[in-house]
Amino acid sequence: MTMMNETIPAVKKQSTTDKPKYKGKTGARILHEMLIGPHKVEVMFGYPGGAILPVFDELYRTPAKFILNRHEQASGHCADGYARATGKPGVALVTSGPAATNMVTPLATAMMDSIPIICISGQVATKVIGNDAFQEADVTGITRPCTKWNYLVKDIRELPRVINEAFIVATSGRPGPVLIDLPKDISAGVCPEEVDDTPRPHIAKRLNASLTGGSNKQIHEAAELINRSQKPVLYVGGGAIISGAWKEVRELSEKGNIPCTTTLLGMGAFDELNPRTLHMLGMHGSAYANYAVQECDCLIAIGARFDDRVTGNLATFAPHAKIIHIDIDPSSISKTVDVDVPVVGDAKLSLQALLPLIETRERKGWFEQIRVWKEKYPFKYFDDSAHAKPQYVIEEINRQTKSEAIITTGVGQHQMWAAQFYRWRYPRQFLTSGGLGTMGFGLPAAVGAALGMPGKTVIDIDGDGSYLMTCYELATIAEYNIPVKVVILNNDFQGMIKQWQDLFYEQRYSQSKMKNPNFAAMAEAFGVKGIRCDDKKMVPKVVDQMLSHDGPVVVDFFVEPNEHVYPMVPAGKGLHELTLGVVANAGGVAAGRECFGLDAGSLA
Amino acid sequence: MSILIIFPEGLMRSVISALVVNEPGVLANVAGMFAARGFNIDSLVVGRTENPELSRLTVVCDADENTLEQVRKQLAKLVPVVKVRDFKDTAYVERDLALITVSVSPEKRSEVIEIVNLYRAKVIDVARESLMIEITGTEQKLESLLELLKPYGIKEMARTGVIAMARGMQPAKEEPAKPETSKKRVRSLSGAAGVALPPS
Repeated sequence: MTMMNETIPAVKKQSTTDKPKYKGKTGARILHEMLIGPHKVEVMFGYPGGAILPVFDELYRTPAKFILNRHEQASGHCADGYARATGKPGVALVTSGPAATNMVTPLATAMMDSIPIICISGQVATKVIGNDAFQEADVTGITRPCTKWNYLVKDIRELPRVINEAFIVATSGRPGPVLIDLPKDISAGVCPEEVDDTPRPHIAKRLNASLTGGSNKQIHEAAELINRSQKPVLYVGGGAIISGAWKEVRELSEKGNIPCTTTLLGMGAFDELNPRTLHMLGMHGSAYANYAVQECDCLIAIGARFDDRVTGNLATFAPHAKIIHIDIDPSSISKTVDVDVPVVGDAKLSLQALLPLIETRERKGWFEQIRVWKEKYPFKYFDDSAHAKPQYVIEEINRQTKSEAIITTGVGQHQMWAAQFYRWRYPRQFLTSGGLGTMGFGLPAAVGAALGMPGKTVIDIDGDGSYLMTCYELATIAEYNIPVKVVILNNDFQGMIKQWQDLFYEQRYSQSKMKNPNFAAMAEAFGVKGIRCDDKKMVPKVVDQMLSHDGPVVVDFFVEPNEHVYPMVPAGKGLHELTLGVVANAGGVAAGRECFGLDAGSLA
Repeated sequence: MSILIIFPEGLMRSVISALVVNEPGVLANVAGMFAARGFNIDSLVVGRTENPELSRLTVVCDADENTLEQVRKQLAKLVPVVKVRDFKDTAYVERDLALITVSVSPEKRSEVIEIVNLYRAKVIDVARESLMIEITGTEQKLESLLELLKPYGIKEMARTGVIAMARGMQPAKEEPAKPETSKKRVRSLSGAAGVALPPS
């Protein structure tokens, strides 16, 4: 028995008779030509600086679109939003030191949500690396845990191969961000000879992962389990969107007659106007989705990773279910929840193999049960305050955009309400930071999406707290006239923090109340149309005004500050132990706290 | 004399080996992953292989079954990792090497040399009041020699950590072990006191 003696074949030498591809060119030129050539990059985001100047000089007459952001964090989120909206990798170019450290948040955001980003950061010259030079930082060291892989190019002859490899790593298997750290003498230096740009075998073989579905045995076991089940539930995550499996997900639900719930990142993988939808599950998911998961006898997870916000208390999660888990990342399988049938491979290909084996079942009792739950416990709110309810604003946007806009969000209450009250029908329609929960993601992500999908209505549904974290991007939006619509659900609070302080900390609003600027006037100062809406009767009219305005617009909707997001599964509780919040909404905040029967100490 | 290594309940000692691409940053990446995910490692050894483009990385860790599976999968997920193997259910050889300096007076020297010979270890340096000993073997063998040398006074010690390889001949496979249902993490409502099922 041999072990691990896999050898890596020597790299093939390229024929030198062709016109030189790399010889005699600077690193910056090689990079630029490869980006816009073989890698078909159409839009780049970034900010110049000393160590990356040779690259920016090359970009002086680039045919690609370059968007100059006002902060590198925004460049990263723009590239992320672009990638989420289009499925193509987003590209960000920044300089060394502080610029690269500003990229850490967007890289970590993309890493958690499996989004392909290529970030090229400048670095001080190779000779002075390690000498604490001006604007030097150990960027490959700093970004190691928040990139799928990163490179420090120390020899210009490696550059072409590194660029090719970076795109493969970022987009293959479970996608993720890749950073290339490019010292100034490499980007300014000249490539002395024709070099081989072929990715090394251990990188090239990663492409296969996206080209194979689960094994036959796994697929057959899964089909048998599904066909035998009385009460199955589909639990669909962002992986289904990444692999383009949304058609197959819908077919599986149709053919097998299976209700379907989606995670925050899986929104749009299933059509929420389909009667089989259960909408979102998890901490702020629908009561019926959570009940269905707790009652089901077969849970079919597709491209989802059993995140703690989805499962609640693991010990009581889906107690009666056999679990099938389709995922391209083997490390996701049985990570937190033991899986009965793992299907390791691309979701789309796995489902295509699975579909012919699925038999249609009536499952009358199961759907009747779900119908009762849906009727009894819908997402709801009461129009019982002087201010507009945030849910109402979202419903109105949903109505007027006919559920067809691309929506981005920040993080917090507004994000959950958007997930609950917009009707998600199409993949790549809802762009939100799920895993890392990055406040300030909404505005730059909307810019990226608007550039990736010109002609589409792109709306950033934001909170006042999240919006302020990246509001400087108004300058970018104004400069390039990017037609992004910004909806601020303004309650002068960090709403989700307030909600927890209401429920678990006896209304001690420690550092969660904020005095906000006049958002409309602020937008106008940047050269973007600004509207303020204080009157709830005006909401439909203002939404219409916002949508019909040609160009970017910021609308500040003042909404009810005491509103809570419900249903809610308190931290550490099982999914079925959710609080519907009806009592809380009717009887006020204190009643809400009582219905949890919890105090702050018992919360994780 | 044998040394029993006792682990907390459910934990077991496992040796995992991985072939990784020989390039800068790989060790930092692997070590960082272990730290970030809270895996407990006893030793981590990286060294050259017969192929100059690849290095072999050997990890010894104490973990329960679930964690061990994650260690394996998370290692395999790293971009520069070409192949991962753990030696559970395989015949394999593992070796650790230690250099031990023992303080020993000339009168007791032969006594110590006798112990060294019994362990097929080597004396590689002699000074008036000390001996340096080289020993290779399994972790247990090293531990047991150390135990015997302790009374004389161990002045200094350096160990390489474990490296391992599978044997060329593997014992015939017995019938595949039945899936142990006991090790599975149980999900049920029984633990949650007084909690009603979803309302119908």
